[in-house]
Amino acid sequence: MHIVVCVKMVPDTTLVQIDPKTNTLVREGVPFITNPFDTHAVEEALRLKDRYGGKVTALSMGPPAAEMVLRRALALGADEAVLLSDRAFGGADTLATSKVLSEAIRRIHENEPVDLVFCGLQTIDGDTAQVGPGVACRLGFTQLTLVDHIYEVNQRESYIEVRRKLEGAFERVQARMPALITTTREINTPRYPTVPGRLQAASRALPVWSNDVMKLERAEIGLQGSPTNVRRIFAPQREKGEIINGLNGAHLTAADCMLNKLYEWDILNAD
Amino acid sequence: MPWSRIIFTVLFIASIGLFLFNVYRLIAMLCLGRWENRFDHLLARLKGVLLFVFGQKRVVRRAFGVNHFFIFWGFMILLGMNSEFLIQGVFPEFSLRFLGRVPYGALLFATDIMSVVVLAAVALAVMRRIAFRPKYIEASRDAFLILGLIAMLMVAYFGVHAAEIALGETDMGGWMPVSGALAGAFATSTPEKIHRSLNASWWVHALALLAFLNYLPYSKHLHVLTAIPNVFFRRIDPVSVPPRLKFELGQDFGVSKVTQFTWKQLLDFMACTECGRCEDSCPAHGTGKDLSPKEMVHRGKLNLFINGGSLLNSRPIDTLAGAPREASMVKPLIDGTAESIPEKDVWSCATCGVCMEECPVFIEHAPKTLEMRRHLVMEKAEFPEELLSLFNNMEQRFNPWGIAPTDRAKWAQDLDIHIVKEDAPADYLFFVGCSGAYDSRARGIALAMAKILDRAGLSWGILGTEEKCCGDSLRRLGNEYVFDQIAQANVAQFKKLGITKVVTHCPHCYTTLKNDYRAYGAEFEVIHHSELIERLIAEGKLPVHARANGRVVYHDSCYLGRHNGLYDAPRHCVEAVSGQAPAEMERSHGRAFCCGAGGGRMWLEETEGKRINIDRTEQALKQNPAAIASACPFCMTMLEDGLKDLGKDGDVKVKDIAELVADAIE
Ligand code: SF4
Ligand code: SF4
Ligand code: SF4
Repeated sequence: MHIVVCVKMVPDTTLVQIDPKTNTLVREGVPFITNPFDTHAVEEALRLKDRYGGKVTALSMGPPAAEMVLRRALALGADEAVLLSDRAFGGADTLATSKVLSEAIRRIHENEPVDLVFCGLQTIDGDTAQVGPGVACRLGFTQLTLVDHIYEVNQRESYIEVRRKLEGAFERVQARMPALITTTREINTPRYPTVPGRLQAASRALPVWSNDVMKLERAEIGLQGSPTNVRRIFAPQREKGEIINGLNGAHLTAADCMLNKLYEWDILNAD
Repeated sequence: MPWSRIIFTVLFIASIGLFLFNVYRLIAMLCLGRWENRFDHLLARLKGVLLFVFGQKRVVRRAFGVNHFFIFWGFMILLGMNSEFLIQGVFPEFSLRFLGRVPYGALLFATDIMSVVVLAAVALAVMRRIAFRPKYIEASRDAFLILGLIAMLMVAYFGVHAAEIALGETDMGGWMPVSGALAGAFATSTPEKIHRSLNASWWVHALALLAFLNYLPYSKHLHVLTAIPNVFFRRIDPVSVPPRLKFELGQDFGVSKVTQFTWKQLLDFMACTECGRCEDSCPAHGTGKDLSPKEMVHRGKLNLFINGGSLLNSRPIDTLAGAPREASMVKPLIDGTAESIPEKDVWSCATCGVCMEECPVFIEHAPKTLEMRRHLVMEKAEFPEELLSLFNNMEQRFNPWGIAPTDRAKWAQDLDIHIVKEDAPADYLFFVGCSGAYDSRARGIALAMAKILDRAGLSWGILGTEEKCCGDSLRRLGNEYVFDQIAQANVAQFKKLGITKVVTHCPHCYTTLKNDYRAYGAEFEVIHHSELIERLIAEGKLPVHARANGRVVYHDSCYLGRHNGLYDAPRHCVEAVSGQAPAEMERSHGRAFCCGAGGGRMWLEETEGKRINIDRTEQALKQNPAAIASACPFCMTMLEDGLKDLGKDGDVKVKDIAELVADAIE
């Protein structure tokens, strides 16, 4: 079985703050990490490999530094990794991104047929959840989003059975392979890399596919291929309410602060 | 030559041969381990042997150890006469008489007296095992066998000498008062009868001696041979600082096979006397966990003998070399079957070090546990699941909770604290540590420190958001890989900023910066806040006024006390502000009972047995304190949790010494 898993390098957004004056993201000093949803996609791909055998190829589009997320995947047990990196790919929205990713998977598929593609449900920097479905459509693969459990992969009859986590319900579905699966964070707990795994991953040569290799139309990729236009980024104004931060008073825990507020507003009675 | 002499000569040569072969096997077994240099500091090592072997300093710390003191010295003295005895068996003319009449007589006298003393000590040891056995001592067959052999030796000794005196065969009778008195028992016997008795005693003595020699290597009394070298080769540094690893492919990262230990660690396994003192003082064992340092060492020895034995059998007898890296083992080291160490126990250890402090033969338990953790974490990625987020948080956000690094200086936001920069140095860097920076309770300690440093008029600053965790928990938990990255980054940053003096209120940061970072080229001076405050008060730079704080009991942090020898400074701080020396718990100073947070246990669930922190809190409460003073943010958390669980948090407070001092500043 051949599994491709897509991973993205993202800024650790929980640490990103918005500059209140300029309304832009303050990204300085914010470390980059593997998109948390993707860590579950990688884990699930590796678990299927452990269970059924086969091969896992990790794929990422991003700047040269994004090789770190691929090396992490290799350290965890992926067999191959490919980085899609070219200035021409930069500034892509979800449409242009899915174009490049799907073309890369097609190339991989031609070389060694792909049975499953895993993506994280969404990225924490964009939160759109559009890239996975976009790739599936372009490739003509079955699309299984929001998967939180995999029951079975039947290679002989070429189908997969999964559970999808919908709002207020679960859906158990059987689908034809090849298929693209987007994973929720509940699907598994990612493993931790061993040191020999890390060292091996660090010492490997990583193939980088630029557009010289991919040969895609300029109009379909990067900024040019992106119809989405970000006009302004801003923090929503809070008109009412207050966030109680337990860390401000040195001796007060969050619960203490909360209690104090409740007394203050006479919701609770101190006696 | 009479037949009896021929028989004895053959037996003698055979048993000496077998004995030497056994010793050779043990040495070959040690050579299977890795190399480690323990040949430095020769003078200190010799001094240690004098003090701890011949002086039995650690042995006699416990009352019953005096018994061993006498057995040990009895043996030393009896060694002379027993050698003479064995040689005489082959060459009857041999005698130590050439020493001169008086020295020889003195030797005889000492032997005679010591034999009675040893006999009495052996009898006591037997009684102890039968009638008043502490639970950390086993009444094993092995123990009774060897005690019986020793007793037999002594009785036979008297048999021989009393008979000789009765027969008038020696002119030294006057030097042997006990044997002389016993000779009286032969007053009514015929010379033949005495001769027969002499002969019988002689053979009992001879056989018991040879049996003893060859039983040793197979019993816990192997320590008779190994304890002295083990004390000699003990670690000289007060702290067990693990060796720095090289992160290259083809290296081992930790120990999964017994032969990956160093020769000294293997010698440790062989040196255990099974006295049980480590087990008796271990906080994990004492609160009902399976982990026992004694059992761990014992299992290590069994594992070594099985695997080492099979390795030695599979190669030419004259090879003395390390086990090949790929050597396969008959028995895994970390497993849980009888001759191996359960994985669960590897995680139960708080690396508190009290086992090492108590061990009379200086066995080093915690470093072995650490090597096994290293293997589990780095080679297998197998560890309690709570650690997954800890490891990721440390690697990505440089603190155990995964709080934003940008929040690291929040505790200081309302204060005007200098941030140390390349172009804005300060005399002292206050290394706040993760607890001081993020933990809402421990922030109180950081604030108290800020007040103290300011009032003393020192030039000081912090790293602000640029500070990272010291990595202590990572290292003690075996995640050397991430520790290595943090240590390198921290040392490089300190060097870039030209930092020469670091103050910290956390003993984990203290020991890590001071000891563990040495191997990373750290040259700055590291000062624990207790040392600094003690000095500031002594120099009159802090206007503190002693006030009645009520009864304060002080809890020793393992990493401050046992690992770094700082016992007095924090006590002096308490004394200066409360006007009296702190009350002491039953277990304090070197024998202090851990709070349960060391060795990364701070981040692990504790489900087996009773919780260590509750036990320690109860020990503190026995002293009826108004406050428990601590000098470590982890201890503070553990003791406060203990008080809460016991419903005493309203009555008793936990205070860091810095808080006590800050409160006492005008
Ligand atoms: S270091 Fe402490 S917890 Fe660990 S085995 Fe020794 S005594 Fe027990
Ligand atoms: S390890 Fe040391 S303290 Fe523990 S039983 Fe052995 S000799 Fe005694
Ligand atoms: S106290 Fe030291 S080791 Fe512990 S979390 Fe803080 S900085 Fe890290």
